[in-house]
Amino acid sequence: MQHLEPPKLADKLLRFFLSANRLEEVQGDLHEEYRWQIRRVGEQQARWRYWRDVLGFLKPRFTPKNDPKQYPKPSPTAMLRNYLKVAFRNLVRHKGYSSINIGGLAVGMAVAMLIGLWIYDELSYNTYHQHYDRIAQVMQHQTSNGHVGTQQAIPAPLETELRKKYGTNFKRLAMATWQSDRILSFGDKKVMRSGNYMGADMPEILSLTMLKGSRDGLKETNTVLLSASTAKSLFGTADPMGKTINIDGKADVRVTGVYEDLPFNTEFRDLTFIAPWELFVSTQPWVKRSRDENQWGNNSFQLFVQIADNVDMETVSSRIKDSKWNNVDAEDKKYKAEMFLQPMSDWRLYSSWEEGAKTGGYIQYVRLFAIVGVFVLLLACINFMNLSTARSEKRAKEVGIRKAVGSIRSQIVNQFFSESFLVVFFAFVGAILLILVLLPWFNDVADKRITFPWTKAPFWLTSLCFILITGLLAGSYPALYLSSFQPVKVLKGTFKVGSWAAVPRKVLVVVQFTVSITLIIGTVIVYRQIQHTKNRPLGYDGNGVVMMQMLSPAFYGKYEVLKTELTNAGVIQEMAESSSPMTGVWSNNSGFSWQGKDPSLDADFSTIWVTHDFGKTVGWQFKEGRDFSRKFSTDSSGLIINEAAVKFMGIKNPLGTVIQWGAKEDPRTEYFTIIGVIKDVLAESPYEPVKQAFYFLDYENVNWIMLKLNPNRSVSESMAVVEATFKKHIPSAPFDYKFADEEFGKKFASEERIGKLAGGFAVLAILISCLGLFGLASFTAEQRTKEIGVRKVLGASVLNLWGLLSKDFVVLVIISCLIASPIAYYYLSDWLADYEYRTDLSWWIFVASGLGAMLITLLTVSYQSVKAALMNPIKSLRSE
Amino acid sequence: MKRTYLGEFEEIVLLTVAVMEGSAYGVAITHEIIEQTGRSVRLNQIHSALERLEDKGMVKSEMGEPTAERGGRRKRLFTVTAYGRRTLQEIQEVRVSFWSRLLNPLKLTTSL
Repeated sequence: MQHLEPPKLADKLLRFFLSANRLEEVQGDLHEEYRWQIRRVGEQQARWRYWRDVLGFLKPRFTPKNDPKQYPKPSPTAMLRNYLKVAFRNLVRHKGYSSINIGGLAVGMAVAMLIGLWIYDELSYNTYHQHYDRIAQVMQHQTSNGHVGTQQAIPAPLETELRKKYGTNFKRLAMATWQSDRILSFGDKKVMRSGNYMGADMPEILSLTMLKGSRDGLKETNTVLLSASTAKSLFGTADPMGKTINIDGKADVRVTGVYEDLPFNTEFRDLTFIAPWELFVSTQPWVKRSRDENQWGNNSFQLFVQIADNVDMETVSSRIKDSKWNNVDAEDKKYKAEMFLQPMSDWRLYSSWEEGAKTGGYIQYVRLFAIVGVFVLLLACINFMNLSTARSEKRAKEVGIRKAVGSIRSQIVNQFFSESFLVVFFAFVGAILLILVLLPWFNDVADKRITFPWTKAPFWLTSLCFILITGLLAGSYPALYLSSFQPVKVLKGTFKVGSWAAVPRKVLVVVQFTVSITLIIGTVIVYRQIQHTKNRPLGYDGNGVVMMQMLSPAFYGKYEVLKTELTNAGVIQEMAESSSPMTGVWSNNSGFSWQGKDPSLDADFSTIWVTHDFGKTVGWQFKEGRDFSRKFSTDSSGLIINEAAVKFMGIKNPLGTVIQWGAKEDPRTEYFTIIGVIKDVLAESPYEPVKQAFYFLDYENVNWIMLKLNPNRSVSESMAVVEATFKKHIPSAPFDYKFADEEFGKKFASEERIGKLAGGFAVLAILISCLGLFGLASFTAEQRTKEIGVRKVLGASVLNLWGLLSKDFVVLVIISCLIASPIAYYYLSDWLADYEYRTDLSWWIFVASGLGAMLITLLTVSYQSVKAALMNPIKSLRSE
Repeated sequence: MKRTYLGEFEEIVLLTVAVMEGSAYGVAITHEIIEQTGRSVRLNQIHSALERLEDKGMVKSEMGEPTAERGGRRKRLFTVTAYGRRTLQEIQEVRVSFWSRLLNPLKLTTSL
């Protein structure tokens, strides 16, 4: 009934101006009204009315601009809220996966953040000092036997020389001797404190924070500056200013200042008191001679400087190059002494030298751990990516529906990014908790005092960047991958992730295991290197050997009485004295000659003075000849040398060879006869070959007392007796001792630290990788439930199924091993090259690490595959 | 102002929606008002009044079933919200209280 339709033109007009949301109801009402009016007043009238009604709607109120709020205008956060809600529901629903994801990521982040804190601490080393970038130590290169050696020790006249001739380059200069433990006493109170004698400018150079007194405190000779902790242990709460204390029983000094303890991450953290350099000069005749007689050959001191404001380090360094060489005797010119400045900013991280060139130093560990941190974080991110994409099939339908109801791709991308940020945020909170738990342990292992920087804005800013980067890194792959699904395929149910989809996942697993296996191999090698060096023949028996430094004059001249008393008490087997401890060589000398010596050879030897019983005390092992003996009075000019010396001197029959020390015409020249050759005694670095050494007999030039405890009595019992005896005869000194074997063990501290840290990180890396693998394995098993059911029905054994499910992962781990081994080999042989005495990289380490990784993988995967294989096929096949 | 101001026409529309109990939509309301008050009301006026009421939160609406006489289009069915009902009641109470204070209502009517 054509005529019953309302006027078309009016309808068109209505459609044109009326907002689309209103069109249906308004038009419906109009049409209904039209029909009603036709019945009431006839068609013609109805048409007129229709037109009138339509025009009635021609009002601004009904235009699209004033759309009714039929569809709520979503605020920008509305969808975000929905994403987060869905993400949260997903997390709660799959608790296992969520905890693997969040836990793994939290561990990864915690490791990365810990390493970050550690690196920050290393880089901010010494920055406590205000003039950080202007401070330097004067050092020198010297050439000897064709090799360039680099040392901090410089001659005493250098200070005056630099002040006089190069004065404009420097703002301040301060000489210093070596920091070591010294006895401070106030009345009856005695404490052992590490400190140094330093020039009067040193407090200004270091910009010490003075709590009492001023930085000028060292201008007078008999003064001392104490750190707050030293002042407290000496004086308690009493005012230390102006009080007189005694150093090493040698000099009385007046306290002229107290400075705030230097923080832990500074070079001078153990500098707990400073006495004036002038005091050292005036109390030590050899130092005074060295300075006043211009002994340019005696390199026994340190010199610290603050350069002038208008010059830079390199310029000053090149200017002072010849400051020593210009002054040395003609015959010493051949050592080509070159002075240079080592800036404070390089003290910590760039302090190793090879043939006069800087080769880095601690910085290589900083770099190494930075890389490790990045990798561990990467492993955790890979977990996240793998689990998300692996589970994508489960969420394919969701993506399909979202797309079908109008989500555009960028919205899906946003959704998965917000999901990954949610997870990263949870992980971040977890990481902070982990760090709080781990920090004490970490500080202990890394020898640090890092506190959690709650109040530092840069830290939170970095953390924010960290979250962003991790979120983007971890979320990018799932976001881009999942959002690319085609809704038609997904919803039709024909969507199957092809075999190609697993390829990136496999690549990521290979990356994970490559990193983990490399770390495992690295840890094993580091530990083997430590063990190898620890097992190195020492050339002496340090068991039960107690060492005591003779810090004050009171120690001297008591040798006989102490020895008799202790032996009678039965607590010691032997007692001796020596110029150096068992774990160091305190003096090196040159100027030796012998018959048949190559004139071009610089005869530089470790020189150690010992008493008669030294050999028996520490258990020297003789290769030839005999020990010093009281039976031969000629032994006072006897000499015992080590094997390295025999090789160095190139003599066939060492016994009886006469060694001349000094020039022939010099009246002070002495002559010694070799009476014995001992096996090399390892006193210095356990990684370096032992240097050629001479042992002289002397009772004056000694610094250490060595006791060989009676092995038949308990150590604590013996030490009690020893303490009582020492207190009786040397009451002015505090009783302080060291065990030789313990001191030797300390030489490995740095390597052990690296080993422990590397080991810890390797364990974490493996843990994270395995977590990921565990998740993947359980996912695969879940996916193949039906397949496994069918196979079981057809007669597959549990073993068959286990093999089936584990095979894929094992292949990946084997590939990782093949990649990791050459990488590890390359870097570790590089690392080992720094050590003269090193372990070899045997092939079995690589195989064993690979097998270990394999075993862990199998254990991880087997849990899931065996569980799947044991499942009752009725259950898995029942539902369809 | 304690409550949203309700115009006289809006009040009539609101009352109509309340009376029709869930079957209220544009045309039906128009016819009902014409029938009950004898005013000549036009469809667009009803629509804008309903929209204003919905903005004020006194009615809510949802799409109903399509019918043939509407060319297969759906109606928008209105119901009074709790707030709308309370507003009507308040208006009523105000009126009643004034009426009850009127001393001689009959006289008033006679003077008209």
